[in-house]
Amino acid sequence: MRRIFGMFTTTVLSSDCQVSPVAKGMEMRESCAERANGTDTLTAGMRNDVLPWVDDLIAVRDARDEAAFIRVFGHFGPRVKAFLMRTGMDAALAEECAQEVLVTVWNKAHLYDASRASPSTWIFTIARNKKIDVLRKQRRPEPEDLPWGPEAEPDQADVIGLQQESEQLGRALRDLPEKQRELIEKAYFGDLSHSEIADQTGLPLGTIKSRIRLALERLRHSMK
Amino acid sequence: MTVKHHLTDDLLMAYSAGDLPEAVNLIVATHISLCDECRSALGSYDAVGGALLDTCDTVELSGNSLASVLDMIHAQDSGIEENSAPIRVQDDILPAPLCDYVGGGLDNVRWRPVGMGVKQAILPTSSEATARLLYIPAGTAIPDHGHHGLELTLVLKGAFQDEGGYFGRGEIEVASEDLNHTPVADISEDCICLAVTDAPLKFKGLVPRIAQPFLGI
Repeated sequence: MRRIFGMFTTTVLSSDCQVSPVAKGMEMRESCAERANGTDTLTAGMRNDVLPWVDDLIAVRDARDEAAFIRVFGHFGPRVKAFLMRTGMDAALAEECAQEVLVTVWNKAHLYDASRASPSTWIFTIARNKKIDVLRKQRRPEPEDLPWGPEAEPDQADVIGLQQESEQLGRALRDLPEKQRELIEKAYFGDLSHSEIADQTGLPLGTIKSRIRLALERLRHSMK
Repeated sequence: MTVKHHLTDDLLMAYSAGDLPEAVNLIVATHISLCDECRSALGSYDAVGGALLDTCDTVELSGNSLASVLDMIHAQDSGIEENSAPIRVQDDILPAPLCDYVGGGLDNVRWRPVGMGVKQAILPTSSEATARLLYIPAGTAIPDHGHHGLELTLVLKGAFQDEGGYFGRGEIEVASEDLNHTPVADISEDCICLAVTDAPLKFKGLVPRIAQPFLGI
């Protein structure tokens, strides 16, 4: 299993996926294929909880499935708007930008790779780039793409492993001590450098840096 | 090649959060293009952003929001087929993000001589920080200097050595206010670096201080 959470694990592990990844992987592959064909045979009760939103994004990517897009819109739209308002935009601007972010989700769906990023992570990067574009009026240099060789379809075990790690990370973040989580949120939502956070909170720069370092240590620890 | 000198956690997190000046983003993106370890770490920081988006509050979109988004995607889909990705220049020395700022490969860099055989080219970024390519002939020393702010130096070709260690292709030196250093290009070949500063450098000797305004560093 390819690990992308390099901050937390530096070694590539192959046997640490707890829930028989192969069997799960087959199951998922079937449900994705059904959805891509436009025959949504999953009943509401069976809606995939292991991979929330992955199937919908893949249906948008592969089948330009508008119903799936509307579900993605309904879930992520209000989150993206809230995120943008916390970066300092007023409601009207955040509304306009959130709409543009969702249009980008539709337009760039062909770039979505479920083995490299969870839907939340991928949509976060699009919303962040919008923030940089609008608030800083800058373009954002992105790293060169890796030459990915011939394997076109990502391994489903990777997709599931990544989702599980993402959920684990979400729980770890929620479990952080309030003071630490607050600073991580300020850094991500507030468009603030560490020294700007220092000005805003009145905390010494050293305290901020060490709290953030402690928070990252905790996250690393909980991902082991 | 194994990269031994990496980006700091601070810089990776701030790049992921989108809190850095454009020139710093450029050097971070260029290093990540050459360093799998930092690329993987960036994936983790982006995942933190994703997890925060998951747990963040929600603010209702306006009533006609969905309709206007659907209008936008329909209007586009009936127009142009696909947003074709820009054709990127391939260059053995300059990774893709740098090619974008140079407007081509190494042959397209508009070098300006700054003395002692050293050449530089300032890249177009926002003014909070400055990104420049430096060409340093083999064995040449950049005068001893300290910093008011941050100085990041990423090797693209050749190598240099200073008080912080030996830096080869893909490796980045993160020098803060407390480091005074005299980088010397390795004798075996000319060195090309990307250097980013967010404040003017402080040179120790008199001559470089006079030359500083001309160097623009």
